[in-house]
Amino acid sequence: MRKIELAPLGGTDESLLAEVSAFLSATLKIPVGRRVLHFKADTFYDPARCQYNSTNILLALKAESGDKAQNGVTLLAVLPHDLFIPVLTFVFGEAELRGSVAVVSYHRFQNERYGLPANRKTLITRLCKVALHEVGHTRGLIHCLNPECVMFSSPDVEGIDNKGSRFCVDCSRMMTREMNLPAGRTK
Amino acid sequence: MKRNDTGILVVDDELIVRESLTKWFREDGFRVDSASDAAEALRKLQSSKWNIMFVDIKMPGMDGIELLERVRKISKDIKVIIITAFASVESAVKALKEGAFDYITKPIDPDYLDHLVGKVLKEQELLQENLQLQERVNELSAANEIIGDAPSVKKLIDLIETVAPTDTTVMIRGESGTGKELVARAIHMSSPRKYFPLVVVNCGGMAETLLESELFGHERGAFTGAQYRRKGKIELADGGTLFLDEVGNISSKTQMDLLRVIETKQFTRVGGSATIPSDFRIICATNRDLEKAVAEGSLREDLFYRLNVFTIWLPPLRARQGDIPLLARHFLTKYSTALGRQITGFSGEALHMLKAYDWPGNVRELENAIERAVVVCNGPQIEAEHLPLRSNGKSRPAGKRIADIERTHIEQILVENGWNITKSAAVLDIDRVTLYHKIEKYGLKRDR
Repeated sequence: MRKIELAPLGGTDESLLAEVSAFLSATLKIPVGRRVLHFKADTFYDPARCQYNSTNILLALKAESGDKAQNGVTLLAVLPHDLFIPVLTFVFGEAELRGSVAVVSYHRFQNERYGLPANRKTLITRLCKVALHEVGHTRGLIHCLNPECVMFSSPDVEGIDNKGSRFCVDCSRMMTREMNLPAGRTK
Repeated sequence: MKRNDTGILVVDDELIVRESLTKWFREDGFRVDSASDAAEALRKLQSSKWNIMFVDIKMPGMDGIELLERVRKISKDIKVIIITAFASVESAVKALKEGAFDYITKPIDPDYLDHLVGKVLKEQELLQENLQLQERVNELSAANEIIGDAPSVKKLIDLIETVAPTDTTVMIRGESGTGKELVARAIHMSSPRKYFPLVVVNCGGMAETLLESELFGHERGAFTGAQYRRKGKIELADGGTLFLDEVGNISSKTQMDLLRVIETKQFTRVGGSATIPSDFRIICATNRDLEKAVAEGSLREDLFYRLNVFTIWLPPLRARQGDIPLLARHFLTKYSTALGRQITGFSGEALHMLKAYDWPGNVRELENAIERAVVVCNGPQIEAEHLPLRSNGKSRPAGKRIADIERTHIEQILVENGWNITKSAAVLDIDRVTLYHKIEKYGLKRDR
């Protein structure tokens, strides 16, 4: 992986995108750019569930990334809307395992949803952790059993808050090795 | 269990469900595969090992419940979680009755899904640990504590092996110290009840009311001092074995209560009214002449027949003299290991003394004698002076002739006095010269 391109989708807060960009760049030591997508979030809206289908978004991102994936670019879409995959009630994000595309939503990271006062810092921290977690999946990393590691599975916001914002030693070593290989290809 | 050792099979006719769950579990590091119907799932069950199955309840052809029944016949170890799109209590109850681990409704809460898989893994880990512990118990219980080469001991081991797997009540009879509790433990540890407790009650050493409370337990306030409810030994023995030692010594009231419990496998705590069931096996032991006790009326005849179903007689140690060196060496190893002593064996004199002694206290006395000898011994082997044999214990005469008796007696006195001729002659009330003559006449030699 040579580069990450962040793509706002469905009215993403630009300042949040800038925070994620700075975090990923500082953590992974690679350039993080922007990408304008040629499709709209509404295409993936499911009126029955009032949520957005993340699997279909991934497919659209895959089609959009085209040759760039071969050049080591990982495309990460960020949106404010709630995501789902049909079998689950919701997901915070989804990634193509050992692939080149991922999507994250910050809909459920906002404290107001849980009857708490808004906290931008918490929102940014949660979004950054999940963005890095999904990028980890694109490099073939699976969930880590170390509760400090960012790759630790966290299906609720408390879980996100409790885990760390960095890779553990093992995942870090694996990430470094995988990042030197072209996107979509691993050992 | 490592995650990549855990296999999850997703069975659902909807491609999106199969793909989503497969991806979800793969990200968790599990080995995952999917099947679009029951037939494919059954094929995959034959070709690989699975720990967890997620099975959709509604599928064309064989439905989830039917597949669950088939899976249960193939393996009870696979945990099946039923997926249903309809939150129907009826289908959930049916699935659980058929042996499903749990059921979930679509769409699934990812948090609950994580929790459910974690629960299965924890249960399988505990199951694995339980199996390992059972193996360990089997190993430990296989270590035979009943030592001896005599035909009577071999017969005893045969009897234990015959009766242990059954639930038959066993009566162990023999002199004090012959190892009745050891035999009871051997029966328990060779029985299917070995994973449950062996509860020992010494009926001989307790007053009637105390024994009653000990056996049946009591409710709070049942008598002065009963501040808390207490479970009795019968309740504690549930699933296991109740060993009633000195059963010939219990009072007539407790005999009647005990008889009722044996017949009904139910009892009531002292001061309570609730009937409590308990599934236990009875092994009892006595050194009393029970037939005589029945004749005298101190033991109920019906209780005697209930307890005296399968009798094992333990021979006294003097009836198996050939086993004494074997047993002595066994106890020597046991206590020198426990006390960290480097004692290699017995001197000839000590061994002779052990063999010549009558052992009125049987194996228990022998064990105690060896334990004491190990404590006081500070050399490489147990000498005669280390053995605390009772001076009034009768030695067995070597034969019936006066000469044989004299020979054995002189040898014993010499051994007791460490072959000090002056002291031995004084004890025998003969002069030293006469003693030398006798030693020469009988060819007595000091064992080294």
